[in-house]
Amino acid sequence: MPDGAQTVLHVEGLKTVFKVRGGEVHAVNSVSFDIKPGELLGVVGESGSGKSVTMMSLLGLLPSPPAEVREGRVMFEGRDLLKCTPSELRKVRGLGVGFIFQDPMTSLNPVFTVGFQIMEPLRRHLGMNKEAARKRAQELLELVNIPDAAQRLGDYPHQFSGGMRQRVMIAIALACDPKVLIADEPTTALDVTIQAQILELVRELRHKLGMAIVWITHDLGVIAGIADRVIVMYGGQIVEQAPVKELFAHPRHPYTRALLKTVPSVRGARAAKLNVIEGQPPMLTAVPTSCPFRPRCANAIERCAAENPLRRKVGPGHDVACFRDFDEKGALA
Amino acid sequence: MFTFALRRFLIAIPTLLIISLVIFLLLEAAPGDPLGEVPLTVPPEVKEKMRAALGLDSAWFVRYFLWLKQFFWVEPLNLVDYLFNTQYAEGMQRVISFQSRQPVMQIIAQRVPQTLTVVGLSYLIGVSIALPIGIYSAYRQYSWFDQLGTFISMVGFSVPTFFTGVVLIIIFGVKLQWFPSIYDTMHRVTDWQSFLVQVRQMAMPVMVLSLYNAAQISRFMRSSMLDNLNQDYVRTARAKGLTEKVVVLVHVLRNSLIPVVTVIALGVPTIFGGAIITEQVFKVNGLGQQLITSIHSNDMPMVMTLTFIFAILIVTFNLIADLLYGILDPRIRYD
Repeated sequence: MPDGAQTVLHVEGLKTVFKVRGGEVHAVNSVSFDIKPGELLGVVGESGSGKSVTMMSLLGLLPSPPAEVREGRVMFEGRDLLKCTPSELRKVRGLGVGFIFQDPMTSLNPVFTVGFQIMEPLRRHLGMNKEAARKRAQELLELVNIPDAAQRLGDYPHQFSGGMRQRVMIAIALACDPKVLIADEPTTALDVTIQAQILELVRELRHKLGMAIVWITHDLGVIAGIADRVIVMYGGQIVEQAPVKELFAHPRHPYTRALLKTVPSVRGARAAKLNVIEGQPPMLTAVPTSCPFRPRCANAIERCAAENPLRRKVGPGHDVACFRDFDEKGALA
Repeated sequence: MFTFALRRFLIAIPTLLIISLVIFLLLEAAPGDPLGEVPLTVPPEVKEKMRAALGLDSAWFVRYFLWLKQFFWVEPLNLVDYLFNTQYAEGMQRVISFQSRQPVMQIIAQRVPQTLTVVGLSYLIGVSIALPIGIYSAYRQYSWFDQLGTFISMVGFSVPTFFTGVVLIIIFGVKLQWFPSIYDTMHRVTDWQSFLVQVRQMAMPVMVLSLYNAAQISRFMRSSMLDNLNQDYVRTARAKGLTEKVVVLVHVLRNSLIPVVTVIALGVPTIFGGAIITEQVFKVNGLGQQLITSIHSNDMPMVMTLTFIFAILIVTFNLIADLLYGILDPRIRYD
């Protein structure tokens, strides 16, 4: 997986545990991945699969306690972010890595103007004075296609619509030209047309600015449209990783295949009932010793209960954490 | 904003008039006789004359309108006369206390300084220690600091001031003899030595009242901070790489202060109302103490005027709290 100097962010063996009353929840278990400059990495998985927690762990954004990043390495610009002091980490946040969050309605501070909130990272990280920061903030609003940018800097978040607020969030995340942009379900809270606009904007910005993007979502349609490479997460682990075309064409993990089946098709006869994956995602109260998907997997064998499958290479850039082999059509080989 | 303020101000006028009528009628209906203290040896016809001299022989509505006229017209004119050495109020009847036969406003003017120094100072001290305590308790929720702060504020809030006052008198006044247990109003601050005496005599009442105020406001501050600390925008602020100081003291605090400022503003009228019980315990002859003695002796003009002034203050600070809300929270626009 890791191919040396090429990567901009390299994560290895990340483990995050939440301490709760009466025990622990192992939310992220030995997650390793890397991302190259300019690449858009999609992260999919159902709620509670550890997508957001993984990304928040990278920059120490989880409240601690209860969260604790127990193991792993997060290499960014030649150093391990998990070993950084809080003040070193703060220099990476906003400057090296930008964040966009799910709900633009609540992610902006309601009592400060949008201009103030965009200017904050500029003044902190780039040491800009007020005028320079204001000028840059205006450019940023223009970059994310907000009309009347100069005027709107003085407006408060409640004077913006949902889609516009998410644009503001993107402007804040992009303020200091980060190398990596982590977008945590940025379109989930938006309606479909606004979602399409935001996707279009991100696609455009990516070409303009050339940063690496981690795009967390549970919407496979979004992933298909935007990602270069996809990571599928389940039970706090990466169960499959593949280039986007390969993943949609030849899904190897039973979970990925089940996930793809749940997407209703707009062509052909209408299905009487939507496909679902039966059962609930696991609550991991200990380090998993068996395959976490086993209880919901139709193809489980004895070995799945005895050990947790490691990811193994099945094609170029394609690896899967499953003992069983499936052929192109998904049937057992 | 201006139209809102104006509208609220205009609404306040009928509100206050109704309040004054209600107070007047309540006092009217209350049992008690202003001449109750007059010895029984005084013949009834003399008593009748005394009653007439106080104006008590006319009907209640006549007395009510007379009071209104005196309060809203004669007293302001007297104030103008006092300030600018004019003679507009010459010969007009002021609101006179039954008890001391002195104009009520003069007595109030004598009493206000004591109340403001003691009660006002304790409010200021209470607020200024409550805010940092509330902020830090919330930021370190369930830490020993928070546990201790919560415990002390629970004690401060639930133990009445007449109890803490007496406990302090026993400890600091009787046993340790650090502070005098009786407040001397006649004391004048002229030099450093007399200033220290003033500080020492203020220490206990201020302590009692600050504890009470701080207990209340620190709880408000704490819970308001806790409400905001888990908000999404706090995470955004952290993700921008801002320091914890900026995240907490700029982003969270600004939002948390909105309800707390309202509570603080609404508490200001109680300063003027005086801490009735605490003033009584430490013999501070402020407004609260005056109100109590006037009620005891059925001094109706005094009680009526004091109560009505408190009502004005409460209505005013309600308005101020509303306006502050609009200034602090951009989502609220009164248009």
